[in-house]
Amino acid sequence: MPQEDNVRQELINKFGYLQNCIQIPRPRRISVTLDYNNFAEVFDYAVKQMKFLHLCTITGLDEGENLAFIYHLAQDSGILLNLKTSVPKDNPVLKTVMPYFAGAEIYERELVDLLGAKIQGLPAGHRYPLTDDWPKGQFPLRKDWKPLGGKEGSI
Amino acid sequence: MHDSDEFKIPLGPQHPALKEPESFSIALKGEKIMGVDIRLGYNHRGIEKACEERTYIQDLYLIERVCGICSHAHSTCFVQAVEEIAGVSVPKRALYIRTLIAELERVHSHLLWLGVAGHEIGFDTLLMYTWRDREIVMDILALLTGNRVNYGINTIGGVRRDIDARETQDILKGVNTLEERTKYYIEVAIQETTIIKRLSGVGVLFYDDALRLDAVGPTARASGVNRDVRRDDPYAAYGEIKFDVITDMHCDVYGRTLVRVKELMEAYKIIRQCLKDMPEGPITEKVPRKIPAGEAISRYEAPRGEDVHFVKSNGSEKPERVKIRAPTLANVQAVKHMLKDRFLADMPIVIAAIDPCFSCTDRLVSIKNLNGKNKKILPWESLRLYGIEWHKAHGIDMVGLNNSFRKRMEG
Repeated sequence: MPQEDNVRQELINKFGYLQNCIQIPRPRRISVTLDYNNFAEVFDYAVKQMKFLHLCTITGLDEGENLAFIYHLAQDSGILLNLKTSVPKDNPVLKTVMPYFAGAEIYERELVDLLGAKIQGLPAGHRYPLTDDWPKGQFPLRKDWKPLGGKEGSI
Repeated sequence: MHDSDEFKIPLGPQHPALKEPESFSIALKGEKIMGVDIRLGYNHRGIEKACEERTYIQDLYLIERVCGICSHAHSTCFVQAVEEIAGVSVPKRALYIRTLIAELERVHSHLLWLGVAGHEIGFDTLLMYTWRDREIVMDILALLTGNRVNYGINTIGGVRRDIDARETQDILKGVNTLEERTKYYIEVAIQETTIIKRLSGVGVLFYDDALRLDAVGPTARASGVNRDVRRDDPYAAYGEIKFDVITDMHCDVYGRTLVRVKELMEAYKIIRQCLKDMPEGPITEKVPRKIPAGEAISRYEAPRGEDVHFVKSNGSEKPERVKIRAPTLANVQAVKHMLKDRFLADMPIVIAAIDPCFSCTDRLVSIKNLNGKNKKILPWESLRLYGIEWHKAHGIDMVGLNNSFRKRMEG
C-alpha cells in the first residue's frame, strides 16, 4: 500500500508525536488517533497541504469518560483519513471546522444536539435534528440516555 | 414579518410542493430571494440510536428503510462496514449481484428524478414518459428481489437471492428498451429549447462553491467536480468494471439534468458487464451473529451522491454505534447558496435538482384478511380485484366507466 504509507510517513515526518498513532486497516483507509491539543494543526495540514479536500462527515461517539469525534476526510485519490480525537464528557468543547468546510455546519449541529458537544464558532441558527421543544440537557446518543417507554409527551 | 421592503415567506414543513417535511423560510424582495433559512429534522426517527438496541441483522432491515428510493445504497453501505469488521470475504458472485441491483436502483432513481424535474418546470409529458419507462426497471427489481423498493437482497456475508439465465434475459430485454428510451431523453435534453432555456443559469453552483460546501453526487459532478466513489474508492464489483464518470461544466440545473441522463447510459453499460462477467459460485458466506470489536467506515455512490456509514462494534451481536450520512444532508447545504439572488419561481426546480430523497413505497402486497386474524398475502392482480369489489360494495363502481373509456381509446 505505497500511497497509504506515503501519507503515514508524511504525517510522521511533520508531526513526530503521531509515530504510534497511525493505522492502515485496509487499502485507502488511514486512522489517526490524536490528542485534541494537536488536532488543529494536523487537521490544517491534512486539508491544506495533503489535499484531503472533502469532509465526508463527522462521527461522534460516547466513550464513557470522553466524547470522541472522528473527522472523515477524503482525498481525490480515494484515500480516507479518519482523524479521531476526544474531549472530556463533562466539558466537551471543540472548535468548529467551518472555516475549512462551510458544509460542516450541519454535521456539527448534529453533534451538539445528539451528543451535547459544545462547538465554538458555530454561527447562530436552527438546531438540527431535534425539535425546538426538546428538553435541555438530553442527548440521545449518549450511552446513558434511554427513552422513557414512548409515553406521549415524554422522551 | 417584514424588514423594510423585504418579506419572509414560510414554505413547509408540510407543503404540497415538497414530498418530505422540510421548512424553508424565504426572505424576498419583490420576486428575488435575498436569503433562505432551512430547518431540517422533521423526519428524524432516531434510527442511529435504534440500531444500538438491535442485532446486526435487524439493523440491516431497519437501515434499508432509512430511504425508500436508495434503500439498497444504505443496506449495502452498512453491510460493507460490518463485513469489513468481521473480516468476511464476500463471494464474488454476491458482489456482482449487489452491483447489479445498485445500478438498477440508480436507473429507477434517475428516471424518477427526470420525471419530477419535468413536473416542476411544467413539462408533464416528460413526467408521464419517464415514469412509464421507470416501470420497466421497477418490474425487473421486483422480479429479482420480490420488491419494488426495500429489496432485502443483502445479508451480512452476501446476498439472499441468486439470479438465473431466464432472469438475465429479462433484464437484458428491459435494459435494451430503457437504453433506447434514454437515448431519446438525451436528445430531448440536448435539443429541446424549452428545457434548455428553463434550466440554464438556474440554481448555479460553481466548482469552488461545490467543493467548499461539500456537495456530492450528480450535484457536484455537474459543477465539474470529478468525484465518484465507485471509481475513487471502489466497492462491490466496481473495481473490475469499466465505466465513465460523467461530469459537466454547466454548473446549473441543466448540467445536473445532463449528468443524470448520461449516467443512465453508464448504468446500462455496468448492468450488461455485471451480467456478462458474473462469476459462478456461492452467494453467501456464513458470518457469526457476534461481530468482533472494531470499527469501519464504508462509502457508497448512491444515486444522489456519496453515502457514508460508520459502524463500531463491541464484540456482541449489537453494534456500539452506527452513524449514517445520507447524500442529501451533504447537498442541502448547497441549496441555500443556489437560491440566493434567484427568483422565487425557480425554487421548486432548484430544490428538486439536488434530488432530495422522499419515500415512494406505493405498493401494498400484504393485507390482513377481513376476519382480522390471519394474514393473507395477495398478489397484485388479486389485490386490484379486491379493491374493485370493496369499492363496489361501498357503492362505487368504476368498471363500466373504465371499459367504455378503454373502448373509446382503442376505437
